Amino acid sequence: MAETTVSAAPHRTPAIAPRVKAAAVLFVLFALVPPVVTALGDPFLVLVATRILAYAIAALALDLILGYGAMVSFGHAAYLGFGTYAVAILSSYGVNDLFLQMLGAILVSAVFAFVTGAISLRTRGVYFIMITLAFGQMAFFFFISLSAYGGDDGYGLSNRSTIFGSDMLENDVTLFYVTLALLIALFALCHRIVSSRFGRVLTGIRENATRMEAIGYAPFRYQLTAFVISGCMTSVAGVLLANQAEFVSPAFMSWHRSGELIVMVVLGGIGTLTGAIGGAVAALLLEEFLGMVTDHWQLWFGLFLVLMVLFSPRGITGLVEQIGRRKR
Amino acid sequence: MSRLEMTHLDKSFGALKVTDDVSLTIEPGEIHAIIGPNGAGKTTLVAQLSGQLAPDSGRITLDGRDITRATMPERVHLGLARSFQITQVLPSFTVLENVALSVQAREGSSFRFFAPVAGETALNTAALKALAEAGLDERADLPASALSHGEHRRLELAMALATDPRTLLLDEPLAGVGGEDADAFITRLMGMKGRFTMLLIEHDMDAVFRLADRVSVLVYGRIIATGTPEEIRSDPQVRAAYLGEEEEAEA
Amino acid sequence: MTNLFVLQLLNGVQLGVLLFLIAAGLTLVFGIMDVVNLAHGVLYMVGAYFVATFAAWTGSFWWGLLLMLPAAVAVGLILELVVIRRLYTRSHLDQVLATFGLVMMANETVKIVWGVSPLSVPMPELLSGSVPLMGPLQYPVYRIAIIVAGLGVAAGLFLMVNYTRIGMLLRAGATNRAMVSALGIDIGKLFAVVFTLGAVLACLAGALIAPILSVDTGMGESVLILTFVVVVIGGIGSIKGAFLGAILVAVVDTLGGVFGPILLREVLDPAAAGQAGRMLAPMLVYILMAVILFAKPAGLFGGRA
Repeated sequence: MAETTVSAAPHRTPAIAPRVKAAAVLFVLFALVPPVVTALGDPFLVLVATRILAYAIAALALDLILGYGAMVSFGHAAYLGFGTYAVAILSSYGVNDLFLQMLGAILVSAVFAFVTGAISLRTRGVYFIMITLAFGQMAFFFFISLSAYGGDDGYGLSNRSTIFGSDMLENDVTLFYVTLALLIALFALCHRIVSSRFGRVLTGIRENATRMEAIGYAPFRYQLTAFVISGCMTSVAGVLLANQAEFVSPAFMSWHRSGELIVMVVLGGIGTLTGAIGGAVAALLLEEFLGMVTDHWQLWFGLFLVLMVLFSPRGITGLVEQIGRRKR
Repeated sequence: MSRLEMTHLDKSFGALKVTDDVSLTIEPGEIHAIIGPNGAGKTTLVAQLSGQLAPDSGRITLDGRDITRATMPERVHLGLARSFQITQVLPSFTVLENVALSVQAREGSSFRFFAPVAGETALNTAALKALAEAGLDERADLPASALSHGEHRRLELAMALATDPRTLLLDEPLAGVGGEDADAFITRLMGMKGRFTMLLIEHDMDAVFRLADRVSVLVYGRIIATGTPEEIRSDPQVRAAYLGEEEEAEA
Repeated sequence: MTNLFVLQLLNGVQLGVLLFLIAAGLTLVFGIMDVVNLAHGVLYMVGAYFVATFAAWTGSFWWGLLLMLPAAVAVGLILELVVIRRLYTRSHLDQVLATFGLVMMANETVKIVWGVSPLSVPMPELLSGSVPLMGPLQYPVYRIAIIVAGLGVAAGLFLMVNYTRIGMLLRAGATNRAMVSALGIDIGKLFAVVFTLGAVLACLAGALIAPILSVDTGMGESVLILTFVVVVIGGIGSIKGAFLGAILVAVVDTLGGVFGPILLREVLDPAAAGQAGRMLAPMLVYILMAVILFAKPAGLFGGRA
């Protein structure tokens, strides 16, 4: 045993992986957005960028279960909804603090994710996709029937959230940097999670669930935990989106939104975390761009998706796997 | 070392009886081989013992404790590990990571979300130990997908060993392994004799007769004979049903 | 009260029959080809637009309905040939993305071709008006016609699945795909037939509902998800499950919306009951799904989970 050629510790140098470096570059570029767009005379673009960052948080959260847990959740927009409505409902009761609102959003999301996840995870594949979709739609209908908060039409917020009593978020640039700070913090958290004991088990289940059971893991509890974490993180994105738009509506949780979240994760490369952030940026910029050049951006975006799947040899997921393998 | 006992196990797929009233006790520390022609239901039996499939009726006990309804992971925690006939590893993980996961399953909590697992010396040391026993420690840093077939078989063994089993179910560990590799593998298993109870499913008669303390013959889901290798070799019923064909072919 | 109940029950059955027409194809596509098809609701919408267009051209609902059928076959075949066929061997994630793209394309194309304002389809003369049911209770003839037509199609499907060669293959395929290939059947052809059949049924559902609903781009969406619930409850690949699931979902949805608040009034004060009822009613089918799946993860008649 003493003569083994590999040392036991520390195995695999904890040098900053290329992906983390790429994310760091992205974060620096993000940080430059407000001064640059202000200098260019388009300060309203800060709000557009804030929206992109908020979706990047949601995509990051989804990648945690989609990329690392192979759980294709088609109902993640529900958590965006819990986040946005936590702001609307709590502020109507005088609770304006950003962190209290986040706490509320996280608690509701945790319960919802726990219950629906526990039911959905009893199934596999096609069933899982359809059931998460259906539960997402259930949440959607619930908020449509909330007539006190405008039902279908949505509900305008009279003010943004406060931070320790300060209304600093009324400033768009401050909101942007707070959103960026949360994105960085959650990226770091996700990075820790996927490199932890828990993350290794989760990824192992993705790779071969039978094998994991045969060495003593019950996949369900790990998958459910990841599902709950992901739902809670997505709701944080919702809280930020409500502040960005100063408006909440069930439209945040339509199943199209869930689909778009999946598109973001896949565009950037699943199971990479950094990719989810890049994917969110790419997808939303593409949307904005198509929206500028044509009234029918959905047609072209849809066509783009179909062609992308059909013409990558083994599909988008296959493509990502191939790239991942080459890197190893 | 545990005593593994099956009583009146039955399992059918539709009209096909794949396990037919199997009662067998594997004594502590024994290497018990199960042989039989293809389709005799050997892998189905392992699946029931490991918890992958539930028997239609009958009982399985481990040291007297009824585990018939226990899940696969529960059985692993009771010291019952298995290897698969068709290699089941985590292809994009390194060899060491594969085995470290086995160690992690038995040691401490897997609900740790922050500390990087790659730096856990205790896990890696224990994993390397299991790899060394399986003769695979030199390949620890390769991704599992880069291993040869024979090395995959050894990784299967290492992953089972790393769960610290008291009973080991080996489903054709030598499937597709030949020559010196097979020899070395058999020697390795010989060295482990007495450390745990072993149930060995194997086609390689040479391996079976070298390793096993006792042998059971499974034909069409039924055990037609159990005995020492010598007894089995000379059992006319077994020769007719199974061994005979091979010896004729050799002659 | 009894009258209201009977009326709503009939409405529920009518919705259920429609849901069944859509779900029948979807459950086969899921069960046999293992393909997630989010674009199935699009076909329902397209069927309604077809009948609206053809009825306007010919001035007759019946001609519109008749012309819709070959158009539906064409749409189904083209869709299968160009996109769906390439998805059979892909991951579910790929299937989700591609068919999600199809939904976006289809919704936008419909807007370009037919505009954003809803279309209406005139009620055929023969089936307009109402008939007396019991006592003073009247029920629209057209809705009865939908129920009859739907049950007719269901019976036809049932006979096909249980007593024909293709039905035998469908049943075999839904439970064991390898077996169908082992029988030496051209899987590609079988899949194309199944997909097109499902497409035509969904288009038919859209066409049938068109005269009593405004035809617009959103109509496929809400129905799609209800259909998913039906398929999941009934068990993927099971026609029988799709039928029972459809009726169950539709009746619960329809009756729940009306009687939920009434029942709640027994335990809550009227205002709270009204509010709670309005909130619970649209969630009822999903709660039903959750309960059924909790007890039977593979659905009522599903073989595989």
